[in-house]
Amino acid sequence: MDGFLVQMEGIEKYFPGVHALSGCRFELLPGEVHALIGENGAGKSTLMKILAGIYRKDGGTIKIRGKPAEACNTREAQTLGISIIHQELNLMKHLTAAQNIFIGRERKQSAGFLVDDREINRKTEELFKRINLNLDPRIQVASLTVAQQQMIEIAKALSFNNDVLIMDEPTSALSESEIEELFKVIRDLRAGGKGIVYISHRMDELHRICDRVTVMRDGQYIAASKMQEITTEQIIAQMVGREIYESHHPHEDTSKNEVVLAVKGLNRGRFVRDVSFQLHKGEILGFAGLMGAGRTETMRLIFGADPMESGEILVKGKQVSTKQPKDAVRYGIGYLSEDRKRYGLALSMSVKVNTVMASLEKLLKPLGVIDEVKSRDVAIRYVKRLNTKTPNIDQLAKNLSGGNQQKVVIGKWLVRDTDILIFDEPTRGIDVGAKSEIYKLLNELADEGKGIIMISSELPEILRMSHRVAVMCEGRITATLSAEECTQEKIMYYATLRNAPGT
Amino acid sequence: MAANLLSSRLNSKAMQTVLAFAGLIALIILFSFASPNFLRASNIVTILLMTAVNGILAVGITFIIITGGIDLSVGTVMTFGSVMAGVFITMLGLPIVIGIIGAILAGAFCGFINGVSIAKLGLPPFIATLGMMNVTKGLNLIVSRTKPIYFTHLPVFADIATKPVAGIPLGVLIFFATALLAAFILSKTIIGRYCFAIGSNEEAARLSGINTGAWKIAIYSMSGGFFGIAGIVMASRLSSAQPALGPGYEMDAIAAAVIGGTSLSGGEGSILGTVIGAFIITVLTNGLRILSVPQEWQMVVTGLIVIGAVYLDIARRKIK
Repeated sequence: MDGFLVQMEGIEKYFPGVHALSGCRFELLPGEVHALIGENGAGKSTLMKILAGIYRKDGGTIKIRGKPAEACNTREAQTLGISIIHQELNLMKHLTAAQNIFIGRERKQSAGFLVDDREINRKTEELFKRINLNLDPRIQVASLTVAQQQMIEIAKALSFNNDVLIMDEPTSALSESEIEELFKVIRDLRAGGKGIVYISHRMDELHRICDRVTVMRDGQYIAASKMQEITTEQIIAQMVGREIYESHHPHEDTSKNEVVLAVKGLNRGRFVRDVSFQLHKGEILGFAGLMGAGRTETMRLIFGADPMESGEILVKGKQVSTKQPKDAVRYGIGYLSEDRKRYGLALSMSVKVNTVMASLEKLLKPLGVIDEVKSRDVAIRYVKRLNTKTPNIDQLAKNLSGGNQQKVVIGKWLVRDTDILIFDEPTRGIDVGAKSEIYKLLNELADEGKGIIMISSELPEILRMSHRVAVMCEGRITATLSAEECTQEKIMYYATLRNAPGT
Repeated sequence: MAANLLSSRLNSKAMQTVLAFAGLIALIILFSFASPNFLRASNIVTILLMTAVNGILAVGITFIIITGGIDLSVGTVMTFGSVMAGVFITMLGLPIVIGIIGAILAGAFCGFINGVSIAKLGLPPFIATLGMMNVTKGLNLIVSRTKPIYFTHLPVFADIATKPVAGIPLGVLIFFATALLAAFILSKTIIGRYCFAIGSNEEAARLSGINTGAWKIAIYSMSGGFFGIAGIVMASRLSSAQPALGPGYEMDAIAAAVIGGTSLSGGEGSILGTVIGAFIITVLTNGLRILSVPQEWQMVVTGLIVIGAVYLDIARRKIK
């Protein structure tokens, strides 16, 4: 087969404890825009980072223009004609736009130790003209908006004039008119015979700009299709295709129960836009959405970890103001961070200390001395109740497995006895056995009458656990679904629904 | 857009320099009203000469701080330069030029070792250079057998720092020349550009295909060379290499850079700012001395000024 710009075959990649890619394949033709899609963690970015020389593959073959080749670093990738625009911005904020774009290529022809700012400013101006960007090349990147910075990254990738351009979610920070501008540039490049890999979560964009689509799931290649021959529904079916290992168990109707938490018109930047919802007593409200949809950001506002721009929070019908996490705790709201190692636990302290951490004032003797006997009792009680596997309560938190660490965090909030519990990705990085124990626990807590919000990026988990599901996309709640009407396909549809009603 | 560009440039670089310069002028006005002796020509020459050594050190460390690093071995590496000059010139009887080159190379070598520890062995700059500080402190005493090495047999050597050229001591002119050279390197050459790139976002620089490790070694070595130059001026001023000298100078150098607007978190800084910062420290010490403020109180005031300057910098960033 000739004519391929890129052929990747049987690509394997291992990270410590994770088989990130197995037998992956990907092909790119000149003059095509090729979408690469899949759920969070499907391995899209990993595969492209291997192509761009940022990661090394552990197996498989890569051919560039028909010849076997492998880039060991970004510089080698550049010489092979491959550029990547990273999902997260990689700019040096103290440098100017031009200095960023030509970093590593700023030497004067005549005297190699001197930088040629005049020349790189001129070249940058040409680039900006090409992509219709009205900016001074000498402007410091720190003073630009995120969208403008994204355009700088795109200009940088274009400046190499490479044949293969990988764009990892290039539109995540762009407005509609900026996206149209970008698409114009992409169409120009395609007409010039370049191959473009387009990673995106946005279904509507695929049909607008892409010629072919490769779907990945769980680190594996699923299918490649021509864009005209496949519908959005079919793509979604390929993305979520794995089997659901638990059937729905009947959820009782909680919608008549008392409303314990009501949120109205919450706003903060582009991550939280006009978010309103209600949480009932004894209910598990699932929050589904893609990475960056604004779920965690919304919960941080409710919990007082970030200041809100506008909005109202009502706990049991009474308006409250949560300026600080301590306010939220006082009103009976507990938040279990998605990053338990960073925000949930004092890793180098014992199970006991962690368990009583949020409730010390209840365990004090006169003069602020901690009541050790009571602390031990409490810690032992919750280790038993949660079935935490630890040799004793003096074990350091860092020596426990992920699942048991999570139980300690849960225990901490149970001691505090809050009526509303917000779980952010409660089973991330936890093995299957511990997962089902956490599920059981969440069900018990709901049965006891607590109101539970569960953010999860795992659709089967959302479907299995939730009485109702709120789906977020780009800072908005795009749908609230009851357990009966909920399917993976529906959630994916709403999670990728841009410019949703209620704009 | 033009206004935006202007404000972005003012905010980022010039603002702190302007503030520092205003502070320096204010101090000079204050002290000249407080004491008639302050603005005397002889005192001005004293201030210039006092600033020369710390100024060169501060200029050298500015490069390192812009990369987001730090160097605690500044003072003892300077003295290592002095001692090596003594070894070459006095002990071995080699020409003065060889001594000067030897001192600069000795400084650069220490910087090279610092750079390798940081870039290749992955030590935090604080620890790597703390180690180098102790190593050179010890080496200075070992090589000199704990006694000063005198250059008194060579009056020409003393001229390096003190010989007046158009009324200004040569050492001061060396400081100015060093600062001009450094300003050129920082703004016009590739090594200066990569100082900012590394300090601003090292990972982004690495992903852009820049060998950040090699450049860091180069930057630390170059700064070490500057410390060697300071060692020559110091030895010339004292007509001797004083092996116990050195500890404490790193703090004045860091303070000068920081007062001048070089950010300890990297990515920002200028040589002009550092030079102004170095003058602020000397004017302050000199002025307080002329006003007969006891030395221990001079230290207190200098310390407070550093805290105040860094706080101003942080406050400015928050507003931005």
